[in-house]
Amino acid sequence: MGRFHGRSTTVLKPKTTQEVSEILKWCNERCIGVVPQGGNTGLVGGSVPVDNEVILSLANLNKVRSFDPVSGILVADAGCILQMLTDYVAPHNHIMPIDLGAKGSCQIGGNVATNAGGLRLLRYGSLHGTVLGLEVVLPDGKILDQLTTLRKDNTGYDIKQLFIGAEGTLGVITGVSILTPPAPQASNNVILALPSFDNVLPLYQTVKRQLSEILSAFEFIDRTAYDLAVKHGQGRALSDEDVEGAECFVLVETSGGRREHDEEKLNDLLELLLTADKPLVNTGVMAQSPAQFSSLWALREGVTEAVSKEGKAYKYDISVPLSSFKEVVDNTREHLLSKGLLHDKAVKFVLGYGHVGDGNLHLNIVADSYLPEIEEALEPYIYEVVSSHRGSISAEHGIGAMKTHALPYSKSAISIELMKKIKEVFDPHGIMNPGKVLE
Amino acid sequence: MRPSPARLLNILVPVKRAVDYAVKIRVNPQQTGIDANVKHSMNPFDEIAVEEAVRLRERLKGAVTSITALSIGPPKSLDTLRTALAMGADRAVHVALPDGAPAPEPLAVARTLRAVIARHNDAAAAPADRIDLVVLGKQAIDDDLGVTGQMLAGLLGWGQATCASRLEVDVAAGEALVTREIDGGAEELRCRLPLVVTTDLRLNEPRYASLPNIMKAKKKPVETLSPADLGVDYTPQLETLKVAEPPVRVGGGKVANVDELIAKLKEAGITAA
Repeated sequence: MGRFHGRSTTVLKPKTTQEVSEILKWCNERCIGVVPQGGNTGLVGGSVPVDNEVILSLANLNKVRSFDPVSGILVADAGCILQMLTDYVAPHNHIMPIDLGAKGSCQIGGNVATNAGGLRLLRYGSLHGTVLGLEVVLPDGKILDQLTTLRKDNTGYDIKQLFIGAEGTLGVITGVSILTPPAPQASNNVILALPSFDNVLPLYQTVKRQLSEILSAFEFIDRTAYDLAVKHGQGRALSDEDVEGAECFVLVETSGGRREHDEEKLNDLLELLLTADKPLVNTGVMAQSPAQFSSLWALREGVTEAVSKEGKAYKYDISVPLSSFKEVVDNTREHLLSKGLLHDKAVKFVLGYGHVGDGNLHLNIVADSYLPEIEEALEPYIYEVVSSHRGSISAEHGIGAMKTHALPYSKSAISIELMKKIKEVFDPHGIMNPGKVLE
Repeated sequence: MRPSPARLLNILVPVKRAVDYAVKIRVNPQQTGIDANVKHSMNPFDEIAVEEAVRLRERLKGAVTSITALSIGPPKSLDTLRTALAMGADRAVHVALPDGAPAPEPLAVARTLRAVIARHNDAAAAPADRIDLVVLGKQAIDDDLGVTGQMLAGLLGWGQATCASRLEVDVAAGEALVTREIDGGAEELRCRLPLVVTTDLRLNEPRYASLPNIMKAKKKPVETLSPADLGVDYTPQLETLKVAEPPVRVGGGKVANVDELIAKLKEAGITAA
C-alpha cells in the first residue's frame, strides 16, 4: 500500500521449522524484535516492521507435507502460496476453504495468522473452523506441535485458536493442517441490478431461501464501485440498458454437485425475481460460459485494483448490520462534504462493496493523495459509527500497525486487558511483531 | 438461379457447442480423443457471429426480419442454442445427433447448412422471406479446421467474405461492405447478397445474456431435425490416428558468458553456416 515503511536491514529466510526455532531463540535471548512475513499482501501493515526489527520470511518453508484425499485434510508448510495449494488439491477434486483476491501471492501461514476471510467464507466458514491444527514456534524457540488432523478434539483449552488472527504477535506459524472441502462440480453466477439499496436485504432473504445449500457467494457492489471497476477495465461491463437506474449490484454465485439441479434452482429464482409484482431487481445477467463467469467475478474482485488505480485509498473493512451498509457509506460521504473535503483535489469517491452474506462492508475513500485533514475527518468518525452499531472496526483485514489505536472501539477494556496478559504469557520479552495489534 | 436482391434480411447463424476455451484439455488414456466430460460453451467465434447478427438488427431496425441460430450436435447443443436465443436470435434449428456421435466434419456441416437454407427458401412465400446472409465463426476452437464458411459459399454459389473485422449491410442495395484483417493491414470488400461472412475476433465483443432475455429465450421456437430429414450423411471422411499432448516444454538455462553459449550451441549440434 506504500503507507508503511520500516528500516529493517535483515531478512532471514529459514528453510525448516528447526531453523525458525533457532532464530527465535537467538532473538529472544537478545530482545531483538521479529516480524514474521508471508506474502506481504496484508492491508493494515501487519507484516511491515515499525522500526528495525528482523524480518522473518516464511517463503522458503513451502512444501506440502501431506494430503489425504479421503478426508480432504491438507498439511502444509506456512509459506505455501494459496494458489499453489489450490492447484495441489484440485486434481483430487478438492478446493481450499479460503479464496481471496491476493491468492497468487499470499501464503497460507499469513492467511491463518491474520484469520483472512475472503470470498468463500459464506459457504465454508472462517479459518477458526477449517484449521484443524497448527505447528507454531514460540518466541523462546520451543516448537508447539498441534499439527493434528482431528475433526474433533475436546481436550482442554484450544490453544491453536489463539494464533489464528494473532497476526504473528504470539509466535510464528510454521505448519498448517486444514480441512479442504470437495470441489463443487458446477458453478454459476449472476449479477443483479437493483433499483435501490433497500432491496438488498429482502433479496438476500429470497436468494437464501430459494438456493439454500448451493448459494456460495452473495456480494454487494454499489454503483460508484461498479463504475470504477468498469472504468479501470476490471471485467466486461454490462450493457447500458442493463445498468440504467441501478443504485447497486449484487453478485450471486452458486456451487453444487449437479449442473442441471443448480440451473433449475437458479432459473426458478430468477423467474420469481423477474415476475414478482414488485420486482426486487431491475434486471441482471447470467454467465453463459466459464469466461463470462470470471468476467462477472472480475467486476467484483477488481474493485480493489480499480480503487488503487484511481487514487490513494483509505480502506475501512468493517462489520456492521446489513441494514446500515448504505447509511454508513452515505453518511461518510456527507460527513466529508460537510468538511469541504469532497472535491477533485481531496476525496474523489466514497464507495462501498463487500460480503453481504457475512455482514462485512468494505468502505473505501478514494482520495487524490493522502492528506492529514482527510484522515482527521475519517478517524475517529468511522470508528465511532461502527462502535454505535456494535460493529467491528476490522472484519477481516486485522489490526496490524494501522488500527491498534482503534482497538477499543471494538473490544472492551476487559478484553484488551486479557489480550495483554495472554501476550505476556507467550512473549514476555515482547519480541514478536512489536507494535502490532496491541499498542 | 440467383435470387433477386432482397429488401429484407433473414440471417442464419450456425453455432457450435465446443469445449470452453478456459478448460484445460486432457487427452484420454486411449489417445483417441479428449476427455469430453468438461464444461462446454458456444464456440467464441460463433458467439461473435450471433452478436453481429443482433447488432445488425439493432442498426437496421425492421430491415432484418429474422435471425435463426442453428446447431448440429447432441442433445446438449440445445443449451448453446438457448444462449444464442437469449442473446437475441428469434428461432433455432437443432440438427440432432445422438450422444457420443463423432463430430461432424466441415463438408457435412456445410451440406447441412445448404439443406436447411434450401428448405427454408423453398418454403418462402416471398423473396423477402429468403435467407440471404449467413454469419458464422471463421473456425471452431476445438478442431480449428476453419473451412466451413468457404465450403458453404462454394456449395451455394454465394459470395464469401472471411475473417471479417467489420460488417456493414445496405439492405436496400442488396450489398455488404466487409473489412477483413490481412497481413499488414485491412482489406475492404464490397459484396452482393446473398453472402457468407465468417467472423474474426475483433468484429465485436459479445454481450452478456440478460435475465429477461434468458426467460424470453425459453419460449422461442426450436425446430428439431434429424440428419435424415436433410439427407446429409455424417460418416467421417477423416480418420483420427492418434491424439497426443504436445511434448512438455523443456526449461531453458542461463549461461555465464559467450564461450559457454558457443559450447552449448555446438553441443546441441548448431554451427555457423
